[in-house]
Amino acid sequence: MTTSTVLAAANQVPTGEAVTFWILAPLALLGAIGMVWARNAVHSALFLVLTMLCLGVFYVLQAGPFIGMVQIIVYTGAIMMLFLFVLMLVGRDSSDSLIETLRGQRVAAVVLGLGFAGLVGSGLYRALDGVRAAGLEQANAEGNVQGIARLLFTKYVFAFELTSALLITAAVGAMVLAHVERRKEDRMDQIATMKARFRPGNYPGPKPGPGVFATSSSVATPALLPDGRQSERSTPEILPVRELTAEETTLKGTDR
Amino acid sequence: MNALYLAQDPTLADFGRDPWWLVLIKIVFAFVFGLLATLLGVWFERRVVGFMAVRPGPNQVGPFGLLQTLADGLKMAFKEDILPRSADKVVYFFAPVISVVCAVTALSVIPFGPMVSIFGHRTPLQVTDVPVAVLVLLACSSLAVYGVVLGGWASGSTYPLLGGLRSSAQMISYEVAMGLSIVAVFMTAGTMSTSGIVAAQGDATQLSVGGFDIPAPGWYAILLLPSFIIFFIAIVGETNRAPFDLPEAESELVAGFMTEYSSLKFALFMLSEYVAMVTMSAVTTTLFLGGWRAPWPITLWSGANSGWWPMLWFFGKVLALVFVFVWLRGTLPRLRYDQFMRFGWKVLLPINLVWILVLAGLRSIEDWQSRDRLLATAIGAGVLLLATLLWPSRRREPKPTVQEQVNSRPHGSFPLPPMDLQVPPSPRTKRVVAEREPANVAAGSDSREV
Repeated sequence: MTTSTVLAAANQVPTGEAVTFWILAPLALLGAIGMVWARNAVHSALFLVLTMLCLGVFYVLQAGPFIGMVQIIVYTGAIMMLFLFVLMLVGRDSSDSLIETLRGQRVAAVVLGLGFAGLVGSGLYRALDGVRAAGLEQANAEGNVQGIARLLFTKYVFAFELTSALLITAAVGAMVLAHVERRKEDRMDQIATMKARFRPGNYPGPKPGPGVFATSSSVATPALLPDGRQSERSTPEILPVRELTAEETTLKGTDR
Repeated sequence: MNALYLAQDPTLADFGRDPWWLVLIKIVFAFVFGLLATLLGVWFERRVVGFMAVRPGPNQVGPFGLLQTLADGLKMAFKEDILPRSADKVVYFFAPVISVVCAVTALSVIPFGPMVSIFGHRTPLQVTDVPVAVLVLLACSSLAVYGVVLGGWASGSTYPLLGGLRSSAQMISYEVAMGLSIVAVFMTAGTMSTSGIVAAQGDATQLSVGGFDIPAPGWYAILLLPSFIIFFIAIVGETNRAPFDLPEAESELVAGFMTEYSSLKFALFMLSEYVAMVTMSAVTTTLFLGGWRAPWPITLWSGANSGWWPMLWFFGKVLALVFVFVWLRGTLPRLRYDQFMRFGWKVLLPINLVWILVLAGLRSIEDWQSRDRLLATAIGAGVLLLATLLWPSRRREPKPTVQEQVNSRPHGSFPLPPMDLQVPPSPRTKRVVAEREPANVAAGSDSREV
């Protein structure tokens, strides 16, 4: 007896459950489609939030209140919020550009996506084939939360701990890579700084700001020295000093 | 008498049996409670802060100025609704709505009282309860972040965006501390349903002091004091109230995420803030202060925990907690952002984890024999003591003497006097003091004001 036949053999779906499902299922689909179609990255993330919320309610409907609430708290509340956090830092106007950077990218994505779906589907089918479904009454016999806790801390405790170790390693690794803290010995004290400043070949005064005596205040516009030459020291090293074109020197019409 | 107590406690089986009109009444009641709490809460806060600042506060509109908030709200509704040109229109509209919906939804799992009889129906004074009711509360508070963050982002200007970014980091950080402090409650109560937690706090043990039987309160605020303190600090951060009101820090960010909002949308943000404050006070009452159960002196009257009376005790406790919120705002200055985050992650979180570990240890040795229990406690205390003694501390470097400091200066430095040079007082100052005549400053001799 497979899972589907057990579900079909179960008694009728209650009205409330059916109503909730038919309201939320289109919303979940709308969120999923909108996530793919939205141009704006933040809108895309918000559509995903909608789908996840609907999924959380579905879990509750399927007599899994704990997993439903955890879905809402962890995925919607924390993880998607961090996604949004990053997207906002990137900037609100960064929409997707529709230029393909890799040739044949779309075809490859579609083929790989279909292949992945096929793999997951066939794997699930083979794993569930011949499995006898115990039914909700037996699974939630001592309470939903208690049932999950019992499985999590007895049968699956090793996998659970392994996952947490993996996550902690990832978090610590990210911190080590991103967080650079200089040791106290590496910092130059005031005397060393002054010696470096006044050593021969270094000009101790402040650098001229970019765009001084020039027509533009861009960082790429070098300052003009009193004799009319352009000062190389006024622009960052990655920006070479160059002559400005006539188009660049005309006023941009921003001074209205 | 104990049987009477238990009869009043609703169980999970008592929910979901109400007729539709009763459900409607309860929902409307919870909603109106939120709105009224906002109206009165703003007035209460302004009056209390006024009292603390030795000034009257609003006292003109209505008796004691009670209708001031209503007048302000009406005025706010007639203000121009401004939509910034760079705003994201749909998200800009939905942000305050999300805030209010999340704040009000949380009220639905708060137990206001025990089983009562409404028009002949025995029903608990609570909209609904589920086995994971406390997680519903957590979900509501974690979704409420979206209102703030999206409001800040959709406004399309800098200060709101900064406020939104701050709040997303802040509320997620403090949610961790909040969730961990509830873990202790789950472990002690053995349930996640709010009515179950209230029922679990009713099992009072009798203390015999001088012939009187004083029931020791089973409140988790006393049993789990560290959790209670951390939870309260965390909900102040979670509701963006002073001293943790960094998302709307007016001295840095104008008004943070609500800078661009006006009219009814701004009113919705205000509403959600006050409803969230009241909801969180109600949650604290439910989880730690015994919910609707009467405090000790009232429990001497046997009918204190039955009928409609418990609602009064519940509102009294909520009011006391709201007062603490206002008190904090009137007393403490706002924290700096890095101090605030350090406090959350490096103080609240480790204390919480250690406390949960200790609590779990205590609970697991509860059933042991007394000799084993003593041994286990002694071993635990010994390990703790050893860890404290042998904890690698940052050794303070010996302070160099003055002579060493002088010697360590580079060659050719300007000769400096030693740091501990004692300069004798000048003999001239001594003479001047001695020669000065005492001034004649008798009071009242000169009536002219200079």
